[in-house]
Formats: sequence, C-alpha cells, structure tokens
Amino acid sequence: MGREMDTLWLQVESLLPHVSKPARYIGGELGSQEVEHRPGAVSWLLLYPDTYEVGLPNQGLQILYELLNERQDACAERSYAPWTDMEAAMRAAGVPLFSVEHHHPAGQFDVLAFNLSAELVSTNLLNLVDLAGVPVRSADRTSVHPVVVAGGHCAFNPEPLADFVDCFVLGDGEEAVGEVNEVLAAHRGPAGWGRGAGDDRQGRQRLLRALSTVPGVYVPSCYEARYDAVTGRQLGLAPRFPETPALVEKRTIADLAAWPYPRAQLVPLTEVVHDRLNVEIFRGCTRGCRFCQAGMITRPVRERPAEQVRTMVSDGLARTGYDEVALTSLSSADFSGIEDTVTSIIDDPACSGQVSVSLPSLRVDAFTVGTAAQIQRVRRTGLTFAPEGGTWRMRQVINKLIREEDLYAAVDAAFGQGWKRVKLYFLIGLPTETDQDTLGIVRLASRCVEIGRRYHKGVTVTASVGGFVPKAQTPFQWFGQNTVEELTRKVHLLRDAARPVRGLTVRWHDPRATAAEGIVSRGDRRIGAVIEHVWRRGGTFQEWSEHFDLDLWTSALAASGLSLEEVVYRHRTEDEALPWDHVSAGLHRDFLWQDFQDALAEHGLEDCRWTPCYDCGACTGFGVEHVVASAVPPAGGSQGTGQDLSTGGQVPVRFLPTAPTGAAPGRGPGQDTAVLVGEGRG
Amino acid sequence: MRIRFRFAKLGKVRFTSQRDTARMWERALRRGGLPLAYTEGFSPRPRISFGLALPTGCESRAEYLDVALDEDRIGPDGLDVAALPDRLTPLLPEGIEVEEAATVSRAEGSLQQVVTSCSWTLRVAGVDRTGLGALVAALLDATEVPIARERKGREERDDLRPSVLTLAVAAAADDEAADPIGRTLGLVAELATQPRGVRPVELVRGLAVGADPGHLPVLDRACRTEQWIERDGLREEPLRRTAVPADAWRAPHALERAS
Repeated sequence: MGREMDTLWLQVESLLPHVSKPARYIGGELGSQEVEHRPGAVSWLLLYPDTYEVGLPNQGLQILYELLNERQDACAERSYAPWTDMEAAMRAAGVPLFSVEHHHPAGQFDVLAFNLSAELVSTNLLNLVDLAGVPVRSADRTSVHPVVVAGGHCAFNPEPLADFVDCFVLGDGEEAVGEVNEVLAAHRGPAGWGRGAGDDRQGRQRLLRALSTVPGVYVPSCYEARYDAVTGRQLGLAPRFPETPALVEKRTIADLAAWPYPRAQLVPLTEVVHDRLNVEIFRGCTRGCRFCQAGMITRPVRERPAEQVRTMVSDGLARTGYDEVALTSLSSADFSGIEDTVTSIIDDPACSGQVSVSLPSLRVDAFTVGTAAQIQRVRRTGLTFAPEGGTWRMRQVINKLIREEDLYAAVDAAFGQGWKRVKLYFLIGLPTETDQDTLGIVRLASRCVEIGRRYHKGVTVTASVGGFVPKAQTPFQWFGQNTVEELTRKVHLLRDAARPVRGLTVRWHDPRATAAEGIVSRGDRRIGAVIEHVWRRGGTFQEWSEHFDLDLWTSALAASGLSLEEVVYRHRTEDEALPWDHVSAGLHRDFLWQDFQDALAEHGLEDCRWTPCYDCGACTGFGVEHVVASAVPPAGGSQGTGQDLSTGGQVPVRFLPTAPTGAAPGRGPGQDTAVLVGEGRG
Repeated sequence: MRIRFRFAKLGKVRFTSQRDTARMWERALRRGGLPLAYTEGFSPRPRISFGLALPTGCESRAEYLDVALDEDRIGPDGLDVAALPDRLTPLLPEGIEVEEAATVSRAEGSLQQVVTSCSWTLRVAGVDRTGLGALVAALLDATEVPIARERKGREERDDLRPSVLTLAVAAAADDEAADPIGRTLGLVAELATQPRGVRPVELVRGLAVGADPGHLPVLDRACRTEQWIERDGLREEPLRRTAVPADAWRAPHALERAS
C-alpha cells in the first residue's frame, strides 16, 4: 500500500522566525536521504529524545537510518525533540511532531523508533509520542497507531518504560532491525495493523505477539508482572503466550567488518556536539570496570580491520569536508596497532597535514599521550583522563587498574608536550568509598597541577566529579546508591579541599540529578507511573540543568507509594528478584555477583582479551568471541597484563593532622578525614 | 592569493546562522580540494573572511566571502577561478548558490571595512498598501526614529533615521508576482552599514513607531539584494556582476520548494 504523506513544511516555516536556533528543524544535512515511501515499505521515524544538536550525531541511529533506507521493504526519516520554545509554538499552532527530511507528520509513520542512551530522557520519549498525536500508553493504542520501538543502553532495564514502549530491541541493531521490519511488513494490512487497519486492538496484538518471537526483542505486553504482596516489589515476569521466551537475550554481531556503517555520515548544516567524522574502530570492552554498563553489555570486543578503518576515514573525510576524525570505541587506545593506524591517517597526502585525529577515552599512560601528541599536532586544546577513583584501593574496587605513577607519567607527558589543560574524570559514591578515597581525588589532581607547573605557570587541572548510579547488568547492580545528602557532603569535602589549590577546579554533577537517574536506572514497572507523572507536570528535558527538578520526581514517587530510599538508596540482596532478570546481556548472574564480591574484597580482575576466559557468559552464551588483531596487550602502562596488582605503585603521602574545615559530619566509614598531601609539595 | 566569491542564500537554508554558513563553506572548500591557506599557531584555521553577517532567517542574493589560498600548493596548471562557482555550488547545501568568483588584490580592504550600505527587499504583513505608504512617508519625514536595539545582550535606544538611505513601497505589479495571494507587501530599502548595520527587523520596528497598534507591520521575509562599496567616489558592488537577475523580486519565492 503506497501512500502520500502530508508535509507540514509551510506550517513549520511560519513558526521558525520566532524560535531559537531554527536550523534544527530544517533538515538538509549532507547524507540526508530523499526518502521514497514505496508501496509496501514499512516507514520508520527514527527519534532521539533530546535536542537535534545532541541527537543528530548518534551513530546508532545513523546506522539504522542507512540500513533501513537500503531495504526495498522499508524507509526511514529522522526526528528529534523540539526545544521548549518550538514545542510551545507547535502546540499553540496545532502542528504535530514532524520528520526533518520532508516534514512529514510523525503520526503517519508505521514505527516510532527511539534511541535510549540516558535515563532522564525517558520523559522526553513520552512527550514525543504525545506530540506525534499517539497515545502515550501502549495499552491505549489501537491497530492504526504506529508501533513504538526502543533500543540503546537503557533498554537493558526496560521496565520503567514498559508501559509506553511496544517493543524493545536489545543489543546490536544491525541484524535485528531487518528481522523486525520483516515481521512488521508481514502483518500490515486491513486485517492486521497499520493505517487503514481496523480500529481495534486485535491486529496490533497479533503483531506484538509475532514480534516477541524475534530474537533480541522484548515486548512488555506479552508478559505478566508479578508483585510481592507485602513489599509491592516486582518479583518477575511470566510470558503470557507459549511462543514468548522467558528470557530475552541481546543481539550481537560477530564481525564488525561486515558492517562498515554509517557509510555516509550525516553532516548537519548547524553546529552539533561531536561535529566531526566519527569512525567506530571497535565495539565492546573487556577492561571490566565494574561501574560501567557500556563495558558490560557490549561484550565481546570486536575490532574493525585496520585497513577498513583507514578506508572509512579517508572516504569519510573526502566526502564530508571535515578536518577532524574521531576513532570511537569505549577505549580507543586499546585498538591493536592504534599508532600505525593513526599515523597512516595523518600522513595520508589527501589530508594535507590539516586533519586532526581524536581518540575519545584515552587510556591513562604516558605511552598513550605520546600517541595523542603525535596525532593531535594540528589542534591541541585539552586532554582528558578518567582515573575514576581517588585511591588505588578505590580503583581496585571498581577494577579501574590505573597506578598513580601511570597517571603522573601521563600528565607529565601531556604538559611536557604542550597541553595546558588536563581534565580528570572521577566518580564519587562508589561501593566501600571512604572520605580518604574521596579526598584522594583532590590529592591526585593537586599532584597533577604541580607536575604541570614544572612546564607552564598557567596550567589548569579540572577534576570532573560525577555521582555513581548503579546500573542494571553490572556487578554493582545490587549496590545502594549514595543519598543526595551524602553525595552533596562529598562534593563539599572536595570543593573545600580543592579551594586552596591554585590551578585546580572541581566540577560536579548535580547530586539531585544523580538521584533521579537512579530511579529510572534500577526501577521496575511501577516507575512507569512516576515517569508519566513527571511528564504530565511539564518535566521534559530533565537532562538539562535548567529544566531538571528533583521535586517533580520525589512527588511522583510519593504519588505511587514509593520513595528514593526504596528505589534508589536500598542495597539489593543476592536472592532478590531484579526487575531486569528477564533480559540478558549474556553475563551470568553468578559471575556478576562474584565480581561484586571481588570488588568488596578489593580484588582486581584482568582484561580477558589477552588472558584466559573467566566465563562471564558474553562469548560462550552467543557462540561469539573476541575479534582482536593483536595477541598481546598494548605496550606500556599498567592496564595491560602481567603487572603485580598487589602493589599499585601508590606514591607515598604525608598525613597532616588537621581535618579540613567545612567537612560535614558524615555517615558510614571514613569519618576520620585527614589532609593528604603528596610528597612533592613544599 | 585571495579569491572573492559572491553567493546567494535562499530557501530553507536561510534559517542557518552566519557561523553555520562559514562552516558550510569551510567544508565545501576542503571537499573541493582548494589549497587553503591556514593561520599560524596551535589552532590553524583556514583564512576565510565574510563580510557583514546576514541575520538568521534572512535570504540574500549578495553574500560575499574572501578566501586566502596557498599559492605554493596550486598545481602547475594554475587555478581556473571562473570555473569555481560551478565547482563549489554542488558541494554546498541546497539554497547556497555560488554566482561569481574573482581574484582580488591584497591591498583591497576587508569586506567588513569596505561595505557602506546594503539594498534589501522586504515582505511585510499586517498592514494594507495605503497604511504602509503612510508609515514609509512618516519615517522618511521624521528627523529622528528612536528604536530599541539589542547590543551585547542589553537593550539600547538608538536613532534609526540616519541609517535609512532609501525606502519605498514596491510597485503593485511586483507585489502581485512575489505574493499572488496578497498576504504581504513589498518594501525596497537601502540601509547604511556604518557605523553599524541596520537589520530588516529593526527597520520594521522603526516603521511601527507611528503605527496604529491594531495594524502593526510585521516582517515576514527579507532578502539582501546588493551590498555596496565606494571605489573612487563611485558606488559599486564588491564584485562586478556578469548579469544582474531581472527577477530578483521573485527569486526567493520562486526558488522555494515544497518538500
């Protein structure tokens, strides 16, 4: 059934002179497709539930955009969350959500497919579905309404959005998207689902049941949730139909080389975040940082062949005109032969010496900085490292096995080679954290300032501090998150300790936002009502500090008979049912529990890429394995193998007997605070 | 070697900012393989300079930019400057059309310095032809037209009158061609750019000073048609046109495509 969609351009155009950054709504990107809505083709609207500037660069959506538009039986356009001024203008003028390519009304698409990368965008998902003119709750949709699909990291605890999303797709989307499309296409029609179907629910229900049998697809309405009569907690989910699987396992593509996407990365007309060519050099990470959901749910490591990386870079630069390329992954310096790859990029005569290569997420060691110095010779602004923990003990707990001497060597190399700004990422509120660990952040960062002073007077070090949010499918999924008060106390501790240190700035994520993230991160189906409550009271763009409001969330919790204590701050027990037990990233629950116990015992765990398997389940369960070109870990630094993990190379410190002023009385261990000063200070 | 381009910016792309336009050009010049000259220092940037910023939302048939090229990297066959417009237009977003390219001497001042005034065509809604004529006459008769202008985030009072060099209601026949349904009326204006430029929205604000509050003129669309410099006492354009489009009036609407 071919069909003409309406275009809303003339209505949209009349609104644009009156809103901020109107270029966000006009499309016209290089790489944007002339989408043909062929007869029988399933039409997808790919949505990122945040602003255009944040959403456009999302590589996952760009990959799906190309894959769908390559198919004869599918087509895809894109849309993003209109900023609040545009939304107000649209609602006032009765203009629904639209695609940026052809300004087609969102409600006329067959599928609304969302990428979920962060917890707090969940209210925006509801808002966009509503702006599309589609009922926000799945149960209220009939056969004529679009199917609401979601994927991305947050899908690994899908329950908070189970009331609103018809179907989740877990893991790599490259193969799954085609299979989902085939089911959608097969069920469309007057007797099934889609525009022109009967205004009942039966066609839709048949479709959703069929979707629930696609590997990697979780259809919440095909499961019955059971709750504890006393505590009210979700005990588990039972499939309602014989063909619906009890456990939904993520999809994993075995070979990244088979998927050289995006082939034609979108180049926007207006400035966006990560405005550069992005080439994914590997997927997955087995460093095993215990706080990191991305590293846990994307295993195993699958490298792209170096030759393909070079081709994608040179073709991409020539096609886009960008002068910067990022080689992306969760830890890009770990790519086998990374130096050769980047050297060949900058020495490519086509780049005429004006292309800058960036490696997001640098490994912390001097060797890596040497590579960075070589490749960032064009533009040298700041370098960022992520030690995450302030003491070696803390870093053993979280399995971020960076020795202090590696950090100092890295920082020394950075300042020595001309950088003047270094940024360090840390987490606070980690399991077993004491005030000594927290204050270790300032101690480390102060040492980095001192090291930099040997090279330049005006060096600055920024310690960027985030509150830890335990995530589903990680070893810390049982850990009770620090309270707003406790995180605030730790932030003040850091702020006060850093105040006398010239050249050191401490920045922190709002502990109240951390708490709200915790609600969605580990919530169960009851959190759906909370999200809807926040959205109905205007709580959109909760990722944006100017719109975030914790009171909306706490009053929403109270309205559902819940509290931050119950949902966020509470430790989960080993035998407790977890709301995401029915979805799997391959990791065995007993592996995760053992890793949590190892964390509490301060035992580090080596990277399994270059050492024997410890059977986390990610490879064995799916019959895939690491695709790594090098059989040995990268040279230099402590994050390889063979090191003596018992020492940690801690640099001796002197303890001064005075307690820092302004340290509020704390709770838990670590009350006996002391000023820690590196030995290099005079 | 310095090359001056004139280009048009029409249709949807008018909603991009001046900064956005600069970035589009940078990417297009690189894609076109032009040997750009770069600034020195830690953050080398291509040496590209634009003239007066075009306000976001305004169209133009007369945008200019100067691009410095690295002569050492121009091949033995030299550079066919006249072919550059056809070479670059396909590399720029839809609505950006490169119309002229020519080398200019290093001695010539920057576009920012030399341009003294700009001609505009405006489409205004909210008033009828008689009312608009009266507002135009009143503005031209006034010795002072105080308007609020935003400058560095602060609102200031400023006299608009000295900056309005010419102003007239467009001929009825032209209006019929530009807007057949007659929702808007045309204005033709020449606005000074020194000591600082007047934006079309400010001109309409100035027109509204004496208007009946029930019939305030509202700027619907604006198109910059010419930028003017003075050379040896004569007014001329920064690049001589090979052909002045006779249908400049119609162009913004004619080029617009419903998607």
